[in-house]
Amino acid sequence: MALAKAINESLRRALESDPKVLIMGEDVGKLGGVFRVTDGLQKDFGEDRVIDTPLAESGIVGTAIGLALRGYRPVVEIQFDGFVFPAYDQIVTQLAKMHARSLGKVKMPVVIRIPYGGGIGAVEHHSESPEALFAHVAGLKVVSPSNSADAYWMMQQAIQSDDPVIYFEPKRRYWDKAEVDPEAIPGPLHAARVVREGTDLTLAAYGPMVKLCQEAADAAAEEGRSLEVLDLRSISPVDFDTVQASVEKTRRLVVVHEAPVFLGSGAEIAARITERCFYHLEAPVLRVGGYHAPYPPARIEEDYLPDLDRVLDAVDRSLAY
Amino acid sequence: MTESTAARKPRRSAGSKATGTTGTKAGAAAAKAGTAGAKRTTRTAATKGPATELVQLLTPEGERVETAAYAEYAQYVAGITPDELRGLYRDMVLTRRFDAEATALQRQGELGLWASLLGQEAAQIGSGRATREDDYVFPTYREHGVAWCRGVDPTNLLGMFRGVNNGGWDPNSNNFHLYTIVIGSQALHATGYAMGITKDGADSAVIAYFGDGASSQGDVSEAFNFAAVYNAPVVFFCQNNQWAISESNEKQTRVPLYQRAQGFGFPGVRVDGNDALAVLAVTRWALERARRGEGPALIEAYTYRMGAHTTSDDPSRYRHDDERVAWEAKDPILRLRRFLESAHHADEGFFGELEAESEALGKRVREVVRAMPDPDRFAIFENVYADGHALVDEERAQFAAYQASFAEAEGV
Ligand SMILES: Cc1ncc(C[n+]2csc(CCOP(=O)(O)OP(=O)(O)O)c2C)c(N)n1
Repeated sequence: MALAKAINESLRRALESDPKVLIMGEDVGKLGGVFRVTDGLQKDFGEDRVIDTPLAESGIVGTAIGLALRGYRPVVEIQFDGFVFPAYDQIVTQLAKMHARSLGKVKMPVVIRIPYGGGIGAVEHHSESPEALFAHVAGLKVVSPSNSADAYWMMQQAIQSDDPVIYFEPKRRYWDKAEVDPEAIPGPLHAARVVREGTDLTLAAYGPMVKLCQEAADAAAEEGRSLEVLDLRSISPVDFDTVQASVEKTRRLVVVHEAPVFLGSGAEIAARITERCFYHLEAPVLRVGGYHAPYPPARIEEDYLPDLDRVLDAVDRSLAY
Repeated sequence: MTESTAARKPRRSAGSKATGTTGTKAGAAAAKAGTAGAKRTTRTAATKGPATELVQLLTPEGERVETAAYAEYAQYVAGITPDELRGLYRDMVLTRRFDAEATALQRQGELGLWASLLGQEAAQIGSGRATREDDYVFPTYREHGVAWCRGVDPTNLLGMFRGVNNGGWDPNSNNFHLYTIVIGSQALHATGYAMGITKDGADSAVIAYFGDGASSQGDVSEAFNFAAVYNAPVVFFCQNNQWAISESNEKQTRVPLYQRAQGFGFPGVRVDGNDALAVLAVTRWALERARRGEGPALIEAYTYRMGAHTTSDDPSRYRHDDERVAWEAKDPILRLRRFLESAHHADEGFFGELEAESEALGKRVREVVRAMPDPDRFAIFENVYADGHALVDEERAQFAAYQASFAEAEGV
């Protein structure tokens, strides 16, 4: 099942099993969203459950907060990464802090779905990776699946969570297919996963970069190197225990994400792992990611995005210490 | 592929990475839907404006409307010459041709995306031709006809859709700001610019374009309010093309859009957006009162997006063909042509020459786009800051070393 379809099936299951679950956003109804992630849901659950909203992100998130106060569990769609900012105020100043401000009396079970990342040849504001801007805010949980099964199960868990969850969807992987078992018993939402075992170095990634890291591990294997690949799955909180266990084994860590490296989530992981594993590390934790520059026009985005060679270069540098 | 990607050889065999993506895969999601019988909510009678509220100077049949109710606006085109009328027609025909060419180029993979203005030519040419050289225009991403009126070379508009830049022109050369993709943002920029004009004691005006969907954004309401409070010389020009991607007007507003202005304290007018003459008249009226210091106005140009929202969109999922067919009868270009012919303002020679001019424009656009080079990859680090930045310098150097490593690897 394609990743987009897995999210669709997961939303369908949530709408079926809980009458309080609502889908809201621009074009989510008849069109099924610009990526068709909500395809067919309005037809089957009606306009009261799958709501086409006015074109106003602050309005979408702000009213979702009100609906949550009233006992609903809204799942809102932001059409593209670059369009979440009109809603940023509502997310950061209201959604994230409501639980704390009410001394725990109020729960905010709101999921905000954001297709993110580049590699699809789009125009500006359609390819960004703003996850660190959300992970920095206390009160928000930030996750990103990398494959169809996680997309399905993490959405179930995000909707069931009583905390706001920013659910970043790797749009360039929407069409990647993998098995989804709707009967499976999923692991915790925030647990990282060892995608591939290895002994020489750990590659840690999430969302769209997991596949790239797997390819890098394949390429490195041809050169006789054994790389372990971690799918962090959750950007806030980060499952540092799993990363630590891996680094204690391999003694080397490279973190890969599309977002700019400077003050990105890789910086936090590097700092924490350095604290936790100082005596195990054979090399500094290295990061591969975007530059401190606006996301470039499509024709040169491949130069901006981390690619196989940049990951392998970092592997070389780490192993050279 | 391109020269630049060919020079770039991955060192590892497994590293066959996709380079030079042109088309957006977003479009691939648009699996043909076949959703029949789209149900439409009908607007309640209480909020439906009477037909007389639509300023119209040319009927769809191309007949001149001489209603006293529109005299206040009609006076702004009272002295219009046959030459000017032919000019409006020429602008619309060439703009449509340019737009059709861009759509075709997208289909051929030369552009990643295109936002067509098909059907909105009169709204754009009528308003664009009402602007004065020292006025300033803030467009959204579909104002190709307004750009034409401002003298922006149409091929400059294609760079961002091809993916070679995120703008493509100097806004100050033609007082035509860069396209804005984030819906509604530019309404505030326009208002601020207009506030600056007032502070400078100048007598030019500003016009801000946006869609019916944009009217839902907080930024647009805030712009209305700032403009009113500071009596800023800004004309808000809303092209109500009936749809915001798949969402019809009912999902954006319960009152006719032009009526919003009243609540903010300035006039709003609804004009037939497929009538270039009426749009010209109403926009002149609004710009001139702004220049006189009488403050903002809202124009709602009532029109129709005849094609898809963009080349990635599939309107068959959410609207009926008969709707488009009904609007085709109100085609803005046909309407002016009928008027020109019945008034004997244009002959076969004029239409023939214009056809040849269209062909030539189409050819030039094709050639320029196909020859448009990819940006230098170091463009990533250009203009990030006006004063420079140590981190950008450092990363540029790392990038250069990384690029150089490919050349070395090839030399080995
Ligand atoms: C803030 C923001 N949210 C969402 C989008 C995605 N989007 C692009 S165009 C569009 C519809 C715009 O409709 P309207 O304002 O009526 O203008 P039109 O394209 O019809 O001229 C949407 C939702 C965006 N560009 N910016």
